[in-house]
Amino acid sequence: MAYPMYEVDWSVLPPEQNRRFNPAFNIATIKQVVNEAIERVAPVSVRMQTPTRLRDLIRQIRAARTAAEERSVVNKECAYIRSTFREEDSVWRCRNIAKLLYIHMLGYPAHFGQLECLKLIASPRFTDKRVGYLGAMLLLDERQDVHLLITNCLKNDLNSNTQFVVGLALCTLGAIASPEMARDLASEVERLIKSPNAYIKKKAALCAFRIIRRVPDLMEMFLPATRSLLTEKNHGVLITGVTLITEMCENSPDTLNHFKKIVPNLVRILKNLILAGYSPEHDVSGVSDPFLQVKILRLLRILGKNDAEASEAMNDILAQVATNTETSKNVGNTILYETVLSIMDIKSESSLRVLAINILGRFLLNNDKNIRYVALNTLLRTVHVDTSAVQRHRTTILECLKDPDVSIRRRAMELSFALINSQNIRAMMKELLLFLERSDPEFKAHCSSAMVLAAERYAPSSKWHLDTLFQVLLKAGNYLRDDTVSSTLQIVSAAPGERQAYAAMRLWSSLERSAVCADATEKQPLVQVAAWTIGEYGDMLVSEASNAISMVDDDGVDDFTRPSEEYVIDIYQKLLWSTQLSITTKEYLLLSLAKLSTRLTTKPSQDKIRVIIDTFGSHIHIELQQRGVELSQLYKQYAHLRPALLERMPPMEAGAPEHDAEPEHDKPPPEQDALLDLIIGSEPLSNGDMEHAPAPPTNNNSTTNDILDLLSGLDLSTPSVPTPTTAVSVTNNNMATPSLLLDGLFAPAQPPVQPQETVVRALERNGVLVELVAQRGGDTAALTMRARSSASTTITDFLFQAAVPRTFRLDMMSPSGTVLTPQGEITQLLKITNPSKTPLRLRIRVSYNIDGNPILEQAEVNNFPPDLFN
Amino acid sequence: MMQFMLLFSRQGKLRLQKWYVAHPDKLKKKITRELITTVLARKPKMCSFLEWKDVKVVYKRYASLYFCCAMEQEDNELLTLELIHRYVELLDKYFGSVCELDIIFNFEKAYFILDELVLGGELQETSKKNVLKAIAAQDLLQEDLNDGLIH
Repeated sequence: MAYPMYEVDWSVLPPEQNRRFNPAFNIATIKQVVNEAIERVAPVSVRMQTPTRLRDLIRQIRAARTAAEERSVVNKECAYIRSTFREEDSVWRCRNIAKLLYIHMLGYPAHFGQLECLKLIASPRFTDKRVGYLGAMLLLDERQDVHLLITNCLKNDLNSNTQFVVGLALCTLGAIASPEMARDLASEVERLIKSPNAYIKKKAALCAFRIIRRVPDLMEMFLPATRSLLTEKNHGVLITGVTLITEMCENSPDTLNHFKKIVPNLVRILKNLILAGYSPEHDVSGVSDPFLQVKILRLLRILGKNDAEASEAMNDILAQVATNTETSKNVGNTILYETVLSIMDIKSESSLRVLAINILGRFLLNNDKNIRYVALNTLLRTVHVDTSAVQRHRTTILECLKDPDVSIRRRAMELSFALINSQNIRAMMKELLLFLERSDPEFKAHCSSAMVLAAERYAPSSKWHLDTLFQVLLKAGNYLRDDTVSSTLQIVSAAPGERQAYAAMRLWSSLERSAVCADATEKQPLVQVAAWTIGEYGDMLVSEASNAISMVDDDGVDDFTRPSEEYVIDIYQKLLWSTQLSITTKEYLLLSLAKLSTRLTTKPSQDKIRVIIDTFGSHIHIELQQRGVELSQLYKQYAHLRPALLERMPPMEAGAPEHDAEPEHDKPPPEQDALLDLIIGSEPLSNGDMEHAPAPPTNNNSTTNDILDLLSGLDLSTPSVPTPTTAVSVTNNNMATPSLLLDGLFAPAQPPVQPQETVVRALERNGVLVELVAQRGGDTAALTMRARSSASTTITDFLFQAAVPRTFRLDMMSPSGTVLTPQGEITQLLKITNPSKTPLRLRIRVSYNIDGNPILEQAEVNNFPPDLFN
Repeated sequence: MMQFMLLFSRQGKLRLQKWYVAHPDKLKKKITRELITTVLARKPKMCSFLEWKDVKVVYKRYASLYFCCAMEQEDNELLTLELIHRYVELLDKYFGSVCELDIIFNFEKAYFILDELVLGGELQETSKKNVLKAIAAQDLLQEDLNDGLIH
């Protein structure tokens, strides 16, 4: 009997092959079998019709065990992708570009995909556009020229009927708009702002915001459409509208004024947000749309700045927000933060400001470090305006100095400095010293200079001042600013005698400890200060009288032991031999040791010092060797000068801070004269004057040295021997004054003064006569240098140089020429200003070539008429 | 305004980069590298903000991913934290308990969601519902979603 479904004439197969009903015999399984067969059997080219899926590529790449393996997978795929670019229309282009974007994110180059992205964007398919625009935003930025081609696509899509296509275009334009694209498409965007569709409206508003950022001139065209954005109910439109208006107000003051009239609208919107009930759509932890609230608060801030009327209108709402916002979650604090910023920036009433500072004070106590950071930041901005209100939170701020976060510590430090006043200086300085000790190097420099400044301004007593300075030197290590050393020295030198002894003793303790612990290399400014002080006042250090000075420490104990002379020298020796100290520090030490030879009176000490100094005469470093040799001279030929040369310096005056605190009376140590005498070879100048300490001779020394320094500075390639006491400052000075000479050649001509003339003969040698014709003036005298030759041959390359003591100012005009013919003349005008009315001394130098021989002459001119300056 | 947003793993692998300022590719790479190193070097006790070059960086770690935003000087840092949180919530809602793998394998979707939240560096929509609605609608528009033209 035949089965009903398989009648012979129904079957598709020939009767002999007719099978029974097979449930697996249907289209789906057939498809599967066929596919599997293809996978197994077909050649590669057939199988690769469908490109690798994105997720498969990602899996392959993640499975790579080495970077090389990954690279080979990536390269293979990139090669494949590139090969598909030639195809006209590809279903799979978006897949390939998606893979390319993944590869790009890994860091591989993908620029060859840029044009493909354009093809995708131009495609009508939404998937293509989505991936294409994404690719454009990732692979193109306004620096590429390809993106100009996008402009057309963008224009088309901005006019699309599908809102999401318009959205894609607006998003891309907002991300990568170049000035040209902005100009081209601004009108489209402006049209879209007026669209009734909120989705498009909000995107267009932000797109306009970006366009204005890129091309501020285009702002005008967006103004009319912007106003209506605020009347919308849709929060997206509101927030983007507020953003756009904020940008416009920041763009130009006129626009700012124009928008002041919306303040009531903004206040109303904000009020509605706060008072309205729970809105699930916009709620964040109980706060209604905090993003919008913050944006509105920021716009209010901008509108209320410097405008009393606008500020008045927002007072109430600000107070309301400040008092009613829940602070248990971050979102509430976010709004409070913005509110505080606004209150501080506008012209708010003082009660509101106090409220704001109190909010910040509460923030400082918050457990959340982010809140503390934000509070410190804001306080820093407002401390100078509301200092007294901030003082209340001083203790909390000092606590923040110990916070584990470095940014919080930095802000707490800045804030502390702003809060220092004469009442709290002691307590603050104590905390700050602790902070300085533990702080990172990047803080130390700034912190130490601020502390030094604060100490100077508010020091309650000079002893405290010195103690604090020494502590700062000790704790700041090598990170001090250059002028701290010189200003400390100046303070010590100006202190009364007993204080100087105290300073020497304190510094001795530190110096000794650093030598013993071998960490002197970390504290070189301290070593320099200690060296100078001990050098000056070493006699007080070792004398019995030092026992009378109280050296009670912070811990209440006086554990100072008076050192013996040998011990002092031993420590010096240890430090001088240390390989780690800088040359400058050793210069200080060496000089100080030389001074000690007159302060320490026992013969063994002096001999020992002599031996040490002598060894430095063969030091490998030129500066130290020079000092060693010259200081040794003070034991040999010039031994009779030593006591006088090295005697105690008078108090230094503090210079104006701008000029690196170069004290008026500061001079290179007296033996500098001997130094330079040796160099120049002229008779010792004013050595007799050294015996007497009062001001005028020291002035002379400084002036002499300056003149000598000047000219020797011109001689030598290095700047003139730098003074250890004020290493930086004096070098600066010495470098500065030679330039005066040369600057003078180009100084603008000043009006000449009274015509009364006197001729002063300056130099007469080798047939060259140099005279100075002096014309009297008030503060400024004009000297005309007149050079005449009575030689038989022409003199060439004639150069006249002059130097004046430091209290004078010299301006030199251009000479009339450099060639002196036999009966010819060269003139040059000099203007000298003498505000201190001291008698003029002029050092001149003349150089020229005669008969091929270069000649150099120098002279000093003193015989000016006393009434030269009236 | 946000200048850029980076997502990266604890090992420093970049998972997403969105730039709202125009920089040449080399500079972007350099900035990314340096910033990732700096943020990864921060200890857990430190606060979420750091000053970096002329920009304020706000970062937050969610499981194995760091979300890092660079904001301009006048921007509210605490609000940026809220913004980052909003983005994470959206991802979570979209993917259903999002994890790093979701973002790795569906990075283009992460970008699409970000583009519905932020435009040109500024927030464009404050309602979570609206953002998700827009994404869902666009996903529907995508042709042949079932077998995936892309995936």
